[in-house]
Amino acid sequence: MSVLTTDKLTMVFGGLTAVDDLNITIEKNEIIGLIGPNGAGKTTAFNMITGVYKPTGGTITFDREDITNERPDRITVRGIARTFQNIRLFKQLSVWDNVIIAHHLRLRSNLFAAVARTPSYRREEKEISDRSMELLKDVGLEELSGEQASSLPYGKQRRLEIARALATSPRLLLLDEPAAGMNPQESRDLMKFIHEIREKFDLTILMIEHHMQVVMGICERIYVLDYGKTIAHGVPEEIQNDPKVIEAYLGVD
Amino acid sequence: MKKKHRIYTVVAVVIGIGVLALLETYLGAFPKRIFVLAGIYVTLALSLNLINGFTGLFTLGHAGFMAVGAYTCALLTMPPELKAMNFFLKPIVPFLANVEWPFLPALLMAGLVAGFIGFLIAAPVLRLRDDYLAIATLGFGEIIRIVFTNTQTLTNGALGLKGLPRFTTVWWSWGVAALTVLFMVNLINSSYGKAFKAIREDEVAAEAMGISLFRHKVVSFTIGSVLAGIGGALMGHLLGAIDPLMFRFLMTFNILLIVVLGGIGSITGSVVGAVLVTITMEFLRVLDGTIDLGFITIAGKPGMRMVIFSAGLMAVVIFYQKGLMGHNEFTWAGLSRVTRKLRAKLK
Repeated sequence: MSVLTTDKLTMVFGGLTAVDDLNITIEKNEIIGLIGPNGAGKTTAFNMITGVYKPTGGTITFDREDITNERPDRITVRGIARTFQNIRLFKQLSVWDNVIIAHHLRLRSNLFAAVARTPSYRREEKEISDRSMELLKDVGLEELSGEQASSLPYGKQRRLEIARALATSPRLLLLDEPAAGMNPQESRDLMKFIHEIREKFDLTILMIEHHMQVVMGICERIYVLDYGKTIAHGVPEEIQNDPKVIEAYLGVD
Repeated sequence: MKKKHRIYTVVAVVIGIGVLALLETYLGAFPKRIFVLAGIYVTLALSLNLINGFTGLFTLGHAGFMAVGAYTCALLTMPPELKAMNFFLKPIVPFLANVEWPFLPALLMAGLVAGFIGFLIAAPVLRLRDDYLAIATLGFGEIIRIVFTNTQTLTNGALGLKGLPRFTTVWWSWGVAALTVLFMVNLINSSYGKAFKAIREDEVAAEAMGISLFRHKVVSFTIGSVLAGIGGALMGHLLGAIDPLMFRFLMTFNILLIVVLGGIGSITGSVVGAVLVTITMEFLRVLDGTIDLGFITIAGKPGMRMVIFSAGLMAVVIFYQKGLMGHNEFTWAGLSRVTRKLRAKLK
């Protein structure tokens, strides 16, 4: 059963077609890579799937339901979480608050119960803080929970962003360049980490990544975009040897 | 440790009530009035801080909601004969002519009506951001005032309402302020308060975390309007007379000044700021009169204190950009840290 399907997904900005007829199908628990040179339309595709952009054509189906044109927050409630290419943490808030906030969408208590601190709200709050503690342990940030998010080193900020995305209880996780700026050791750790969270949270993962070592090492299937068009699709070995992909990345003489 | 802090809190509350009782009994009429006003400004500053400081919505229409609250409460509590005296140009609309509610329900109604108006305005206005939002809310605040100037049979127009019962005592003003502080502390520490802060920090990320921007903004704006309405009502019943000119932009500006001075996004800051600004403004009143320094005499210029005050505010904004408290709050743990540091320095 496919988790996410895009059908002829298209985004036109003025005269520029950023994404042209994108057809992606992702099966449950797969790790899929979305690669391509700069400006190929990868992040635009993410923004359409998460509702930040309204596609100019085509449809997006998540769990057999049409989510095209839905609001970003509704899409997250449905179970699609994401991270951002240029980390977007709640910078002035603590690491702890960043993770707590991501639980808000599943909160059952209403505002009055929360302000009156009713027993049922306090129970929920306790559950949320237990889960947040566990998540921070999973990503190895439990000792930094009191720190301000912006004070973390870059790699830890990326991890916090993933923890925050996981806190929304997603079924599909979209990672936008998770290995950006990481050294080889950090990238290897990241790959291990992505495998771990897939098992632990029963996730399906779609990631944009430039780091070929990571992409080829972790993704089960890869889609390659260039100038908005899908130029190749297949398992890593096929992609590595595809002349069109080589041309897009390196050019021809 | 936590238990100790709880005991401190209980002791502080008891002492606070004692101090209020003493001030209510022994304070002279003029200082008491300033003290009561400070309490009202605490409520008003917190209401604006919720919208501006915690949710990050730059709004400037606060005076409008205060006006709605003040008029609602006044019209509900004024005895019928007083209304007849006030509305001598045109008689008051019949459905309000004979109502005379006690203060508490009227105060609550003032909050509800202001909140309802806030809710109605929020829907179209909150689609805007930043400066555009500020301009639109400023416009709405002015519209409310102009409407009140022209609805002769409902608000008595530009003549305003005079002789309101002076219900606002130290207890009312500071009781409401204390409840507002308690409400704000619980709200801001709750999941909803954190969602507000998330919206302030980064709207795109907040939305990606499943937080409905529109819903939360409307909720924050509406709660702020309710509190502004209650603050306006308390002010009306302290001063004893209200008219539309009272609720000009300058009123919003005063509250904004308190919020900025205290720290945008700090409950403690708003409380400290409100008391500080209200009292300083009164002390600076000396400057409005003629000042004789012995060697030179400066002729009295009304408004002089605003010049000094604004210069002071500029200094605060330049040197303490985040206001007195920044995003920080008062905690017992924080207090004991500070006293320990001071003690270490003294040794």
